[in-house]
Amino acid sequence: MLGAELLLKCLEEQGVDLVFGLPGGAVLPLYDVLRKSKIKHILTKHEQGAVHAADGYARATGKVGVCFSTSGPGATNLVTGLATARMDSSPVIAITGQAASPFLGKDSFQEADMIGLSLPVTKHSYQIRDAHDIPSIVAEAFFIATQGRPGPVLIDIPKDVFTQKVTEIKKPVIRKSLLVKFKKPQMDMKLANMAVEVLKKAKRPLILAGGGVNQVAGASELLQEFAQKNEIPVVQTLMGKGIFPAKHPLFLGMVGMHGTFKANWAVQNCDCLLAIGVRFDDRVTGSVEDFAPLAKVIHVDIDPSEHNKNRVADIPLVADCKDFLKFISEKLWASKGNKEWLRQIGLQSDLPKIDAGRSLEPEGVMELVNSLLDEDTIVVTDVGQHQMWAALYVHPSKPRSFITSGGLGTMGFGLPAAIGAQMAYPEKRVILITGDGSLQMNLQEFAVVKQWNLPIKILLINNGSLGMVRQWQELFFQKNYAESILEVGPDWIKLAEAYGIKAKTFDGFKELEDALGSTFNDREPCFLDIKVNPMANVFPMVPAGCSLDQIWGSWKNEAHASSIG
Amino acid sequence: MKHTLAVLVENHPGVLQRVSGLFARRGYNIISLVVSETEDSSISRMTIVVDGDERIIEQVTKQLNKLIDVIKVQDVTNEDTVDRQLLLVRVNADNPAKAEIAQLMDIFRARIVDIGRKSVIVEATGDEEKIEAIIRSLQPFGIQEIVKTGICSMVRGPK
Repeated sequence: MLGAELLLKCLEEQGVDLVFGLPGGAVLPLYDVLRKSKIKHILTKHEQGAVHAADGYARATGKVGVCFSTSGPGATNLVTGLATARMDSSPVIAITGQAASPFLGKDSFQEADMIGLSLPVTKHSYQIRDAHDIPSIVAEAFFIATQGRPGPVLIDIPKDVFTQKVTEIKKPVIRKSLLVKFKKPQMDMKLANMAVEVLKKAKRPLILAGGGVNQVAGASELLQEFAQKNEIPVVQTLMGKGIFPAKHPLFLGMVGMHGTFKANWAVQNCDCLLAIGVRFDDRVTGSVEDFAPLAKVIHVDIDPSEHNKNRVADIPLVADCKDFLKFISEKLWASKGNKEWLRQIGLQSDLPKIDAGRSLEPEGVMELVNSLLDEDTIVVTDVGQHQMWAALYVHPSKPRSFITSGGLGTMGFGLPAAIGAQMAYPEKRVILITGDGSLQMNLQEFAVVKQWNLPIKILLINNGSLGMVRQWQELFFQKNYAESILEVGPDWIKLAEAYGIKAKTFDGFKELEDALGSTFNDREPCFLDIKVNPMANVFPMVPAGCSLDQIWGSWKNEAHASSIG
Repeated sequence: MKHTLAVLVENHPGVLQRVSGLFARRGYNIISLVVSETEDSSISRMTIVVDGDERIIEQVTKQLNKLIDVIKVQDVTNEDTVDRQLLLVRVNADNPAKAEIAQLMDIFRARIVDIGRKSVIVEATGDEEKIEAIIRSLQPFGIQEIVKTGICSMVRGPK
């Protein structure tokens, strides 16, 4: 058996049936034996597409997403995708070819130091020097990617290791130190009981739920039950979308820079913040010194390094969020109502209802999309204004059903991630909400959509600009729209049609409304070029570095804004 | 404040890069770092002296623990430890000074390991304080060059 065959066998044993990738010199021996295995390979048109697709697959399923690339440029093209996966704790495994062992370290053709390059953007990385190590390294890589806080792992394999004859297939062994490192943490009961006491005493409690809750199967149900029984309102981060039903009266929406009035007000006025699976990112906290100033913070996370990293926690609890929620659900029972607290929150403004109107306001478009979601819809976004509008107005009702690049904010993530999600769930409806800036960063993957006839609904929120950049320039840089206007865009319809994808432009709400329902229900790829108001801005907004109290509902105070920028 | 961390790591290539990269990208300040194989050849031990307040040290420790190749991190700052550093120093020395330096170094249990025409090299081991004292005592002769290792640290056995 060759190293390449052994690798595929080990991947199969890990349950891999789908990989995304692009061949090249160093991985030719791997691709040569690929058809002998049961693994289906999706040929993306760029390695960045492959890694984002694997990431989309991982986010939608919770299983490991796998991608292949060749050495050198193929491998370096994965770096953005690995960083994206790491920031959002997504279990991706990248297998990169490498120059053959005798050529290592000699600046050989298509040689790049992938261990060095991957260090800050992966959870761990391996270079296999002997094909006999493949079983153990693959087993460890899957273990590391999925255990504790998930994250990406890279396995770099020199060409000669793929072609090495394996004389003895060793049983996979995971090092004991790793088993210890990723043992499920035992909750500190003293701290857990303190948390119960603090929550019992709290008059204005609030739950802040993040991506960590999305990661654990069954956690969102427990959280819903707990919040409802104890009448505790819930706010969520961008990565926490999908864990709480948006229509529930206890749900206050997203917190942070583009958080809702209610969510941000509740954070700033709560006396106890139960933060679960969050990392207090600056886009969530604004000025971290002024974040939740009145609150005792109970911070539950499986990664101890998140405690006291950004926000000091009064009660830092290292735990699996499901264990914690189970524990606290048994301890805490609605003994008193939080009626007054809820009443005060209720006095805060709702998000404005913005009709799409004649200029096709993006918020109205999002409301329309939201009204058409079914239980199984997965919404994928790119990065920018459309992402924030989607976060504010589009609410899929299940965990793992809002897929977005939160931490790294990677434009170009959307299309390949949607491909990954649709490949994972061929029956589900996948909607990609993207922008004309983001889509142009990976639009070569249209070919994959067509080739596999993936019924993804691509909604292009087309404002002819790098909208979020333009918004910041308007607000903080005296309307100096430096290089943010996309003066020459493609003819989107011709472009989509060139790939054989059905396409239509919309510049009025009525036509969009008429078309969207039926489009959402057919089983074909479809591209919708939605020409929205190019000057629309995302509000509410808390300017960077400000406290969440300084929330703007609209664009009024120009002098003040420029001084902040 | 300076903290001394004793870190057990897997003894294979690239581990030092992972550790030093972590310090660099998170902006932690390494004062000194010593790595060597332990009694178990599959495990190396790093003694890292790092500067920072309690919150930074907490982060350093937790981030180190997240590295897959790190087996154990122990903050030995407040432990009763034996700390040693190796010092090599080349000092100006004409003939009369050579004798004087030899005598002086005896007090510190340091020794002369090389004699040049107009200089000597002194070798010494000790904790930070002692090494500094030796350097101070040699300054009047004129120091040409100093080479120091980082600090090695071992927790004392129970008495």
